[in-house]
Amino acid sequence: MTKPIVVEQLTKRFGAFEAVADVTFTAPEGAITALLGPSGSGKSTVLRMIAGLEVPTAGHVWMGDEELTVKSVQERQVGFVFQHYALFRHMTVADNVAFGLSVRKESKATQRARVEELLELVQLAPFARRYPDQLSGGQRQRVALARALAPRPQVLLLDEPFGALDARVRQDLRRWLDGLHRELGVTSLLVTHDQEEALELANRIVVMHEGRIEQVGTPREIYDDPATAFVAGFVGSANVLHGEVIDGHVHLGTFRVPGAAHLDEGVAATAYVRPHDIRIDRSGTSDVQATVERVSSLGWLARLTLVLPGGETVVAHVPQHELHGASEGDVVSVDMRNPKAFARDGLDGGAVDPTDDPAAEPPAVRSA
Amino acid sequence: MVCYVAVLLLLPLASIIWTALEPGWATIRETFTDPDVLHALYLTAVIALITVIVTAVFGVIVAWVLVRQRFRGRSFLNALVDLPFALSPVTVGLACVLLFGLGGWFKPWFDARGIQIIFALPSMILVTIFISIPFVIREVQPVLEEVGVDEEDAARTLGASVWQSFRKVTVPNIRWGLLYGVALSAARAIGEIGAVLIVSGGIQGKTETATIYIFRAVEERQTPSAYVVALSLALASIVLLLTIELAKRRVEKERAR
Repeated sequence: MTKPIVVEQLTKRFGAFEAVADVTFTAPEGAITALLGPSGSGKSTVLRMIAGLEVPTAGHVWMGDEELTVKSVQERQVGFVFQHYALFRHMTVADNVAFGLSVRKESKATQRARVEELLELVQLAPFARRYPDQLSGGQRQRVALARALAPRPQVLLLDEPFGALDARVRQDLRRWLDGLHRELGVTSLLVTHDQEEALELANRIVVMHEGRIEQVGTPREIYDDPATAFVAGFVGSANVLHGEVIDGHVHLGTFRVPGAAHLDEGVAATAYVRPHDIRIDRSGTSDVQATVERVSSLGWLARLTLVLPGGETVVAHVPQHELHGASEGDVVSVDMRNPKAFARDGLDGGAVDPTDDPAAEPPAVRSA
Repeated sequence: MVCYVAVLLLLPLASIIWTALEPGWATIRETFTDPDVLHALYLTAVIALITVIVTAVFGVIVAWVLVRQRFRGRSFLNALVDLPFALSPVTVGLACVLLFGLGGWFKPWFDARGIQIIFALPSMILVTIFISIPFVIREVQPVLEEVGVDEEDAARTLGASVWQSFRKVTVPNIRWGLLYGVALSAARAIGEIGAVLIVSGGIQGKTETATIYIFRAVEERQTPSAYVVALSLALASIVLLLTIELAKRRVEKERAR
């Protein structure tokens, strides 16, 4: 039996510092909801307040129709998975998994059967008698997951569960968790700073920044329709162009991009353009001309660094067959689609400069 | 260097062993049938045992509070823990006499209830506990720091009460550090003389511990039996030393994980 989690105006202050400010959202029953944000955005604190490991300054947490906030950690029946596994180092794998059952005074036979069942589920049955320090990181996290699931929690809370693992293991474990969740269907809340992880695993994403919620939506909504400049910059990579709103466009001196109809005339604005939303054309029909500074191949994609007339540098991801033989030094026409413009009120949050991110997977892969 | 240290440490021990065993079995048998000696050893054992139990329980609690809790005056309390190291035991004994002795603040209260503190076992235990307090705290603190709160948090989310989490997760994690602290505490309690001598008065066969017995035996030129008792204390120390060494190795091994 799984239940939704409802978080209502949750606030946490540490002295004068407001770590979480007025956070409200629902994690629907049986779904994976991701709390996505950079480190220090308060997402882990929200998770710890749901589990009862942190006491909120104000606000409520509900699980179905029962209020959790009035209960102790012990009574909440939530499964919690920690970033650094938090396995009991002096206990075997089997004893770790059995812990939640043994403190509830379940019979030895019940414990043994459940441990066996769960170790089977996480594919670690042969490791039952090992100690945590004899396991790899990925194996440890699977034990931690089995341990959290053993007492049949109503919800599962995962605090950066793959954060301490290397990239390869992280990918494998992510897919594996996805499959496991389909099988179990337990309401899950996943805290992560990795947007790829959130986009791939979650049915619903809550983007947090500086203790507040920036946007709540499906992965598609978050990616295609960022509600704030922060979300546009933080989720997926984007080119950041600063200009001024004239006639519904963001003007950058020698050229302009559309998408600013909702902004007031004359306001300083920032346009975010995804690298895969930039197309090039050698015929020269577009009004924006750019010089190709660098071309690098990412397999079926090419990454182009383009210098705009005003000196701005943008990165474009273009399929190889649409490259039309453009090479370094060429002047090409540039077409920017789906720009998202936001008024610039001082800061534009976590805008990611795609030129600093050579390891970024081509964004088109994610929305597929 | 090694030679120098070995001579410095081993020579006294060797001389004690030699001098104690030299007069032969008769002296040893005589010493261990002397009721004063037996009583002194018994008293030392009782004091050490109670001290170890109290400092272990109290030390773990204080270490846990110092590491896990954030409160005003925490660093002051942390500094205060070292006070027994800094004070001369004789001063501690004297302070105890001033509090519980003739004209002391607490004397009327205990007198009214017929409880003898000074020149009796209670004050001897009291001062020994006081001077042994820091060991367990100082050994457990870094271990607690090292293991972190995650495992305790995990235990709580799995449905364990605070007590269950402490007993099943925290204690096993700190056990070798605790044993190390306990062994140091015991060694200190067995070897103490200054503070205990002042509060006990060293009444022969009554409030005379093993160390005080040795002190008196030397004074009275009964050197053979003094050496025999000293040797038995030295043997106890060696056992503790081995325990400490074992515990230290386990602590280091667990830290390396």
